[in-house]
Amino acid sequence: MSNIPQKQIHKYLRHDKKFPHVWCPGCSNGIVLGATIRAIAELGYEKDEVAMVSGIGCSSRMPVYVDFNTLHSLHGRAIAYATGVKFFKPEMKVVVVTGDGDATAIGGNHFIHAARRNIDITVILINNNIYGMTGGQYSPTTPDGARATTAPYGNIDRTFDICKLAIGAGATFVARTSAYHAQESKLFISKALEHKGFSLVEIVSSCPVIFGRLNKKGSPADMLKDMKDNVITEKKYNELSEDEKADKIPRGIFVEEQVPEFTATYTDLVQSLQKPKDE
Amino acid sequence: MSGSKKTEKKKAYGSKKTGKIRKNGSKKPVDVEKLKEGMVIIKDDKHSKMEVEVPEVKSTGDYKKNPVYIYYDWCKRCGICVAFCPTGALGRRADGSPYVPHPEKCIHCEMCDRLCPDFAITGAKR
Repeated sequence: MSNIPQKQIHKYLRHDKKFPHVWCPGCSNGIVLGATIRAIAELGYEKDEVAMVSGIGCSSRMPVYVDFNTLHSLHGRAIAYATGVKFFKPEMKVVVVTGDGDATAIGGNHFIHAARRNIDITVILINNNIYGMTGGQYSPTTPDGARATTAPYGNIDRTFDICKLAIGAGATFVARTSAYHAQESKLFISKALEHKGFSLVEIVSSCPVIFGRLNKKGSPADMLKDMKDNVITEKKYNELSEDEKADKIPRGIFVEEQVPEFTATYTDLVQSLQKPKDE
Repeated sequence: MSGSKKTEKKKAYGSKKTGKIRKNGSKKPVDVEKLKEGMVIIKDDKHSKMEVEVPEVKSTGDYKKNPVYIYYDWCKRCGICVAFCPTGALGRRADGSPYVPHPEKCIHCEMCDRLCPDFAITGAKR
């Protein structure tokens, strides 16, 4: 009786906010929110221990609905705000919820430098391939040839591989999964929260109302079925030939390593300098 | 009619400005009238400032007749739960909302629960 998942979720929601939430029918953000809450509930964190920070975007609406310490900040600057929170309260679990455009286009610099510093922040990056909230402009992760409001004849830019970017910038936990794999999302998020250092969980998600409509992807359920078929494990992905790899996306934990963490190093430095002089 | 409605709205905003937390802490959490039998109000741990209304799931025997609970107030009729039900226990009405035409087929896998973006459906077994 005590382990009803839905019951857990209701405990962590802010019921004085307007429900049902603001996202479109079939949007994956709700699934990711559910997975995040389940991960936090399973780890047994108290509500005051967790801080959720976001920028601007559809996914960044998430902290509004959860009953943690929350911060709704500027476009792209979520990681900068989170760095401040973590620095002031190193024992706090800081979760950044961000979208693909928010983190890699507008906040690209904050993203790579937080990864380089290895500050203990968990970034949940919901990648829906488009700027959904502002009306469907193409983002750095829009696939080559896909249509967007600002690319009516197909996008001609190359696609950003966010996981490779994070690995290159020195992130110490990098994982990718999809919204369809909700149980795996929960697992990866809980691992990322427990990890000491910068951790990124990229969650491939769907935008059925804008991206799906412009690219004729069908209903929300069809988009999730596409994810089921196309987001495959890293092992399976490596076995495919180059042609087959084109529209497939690998998922799994790509990097997991231990490197000295930024706030810990800083605290040690301060303590070493504060030793009494007469010793 | 419309005038009286406006004044009601203004009153509601006024109470919000004073910062008083309403008793249930909510405008419309889940439709309590419809689900009154299955609802309890639980007080959460010390960190929560408000009472949370949580759907109570009845334990024994009941789940065979009603394997899932659906909150129609939160449901947006996206059809994900029906599409991913592995045994076909769930079906769709003409307006797109889910219902349970074959409760005996439910295997309590909670796939609908995990994939519902709106937290509008939950398994009743556990």
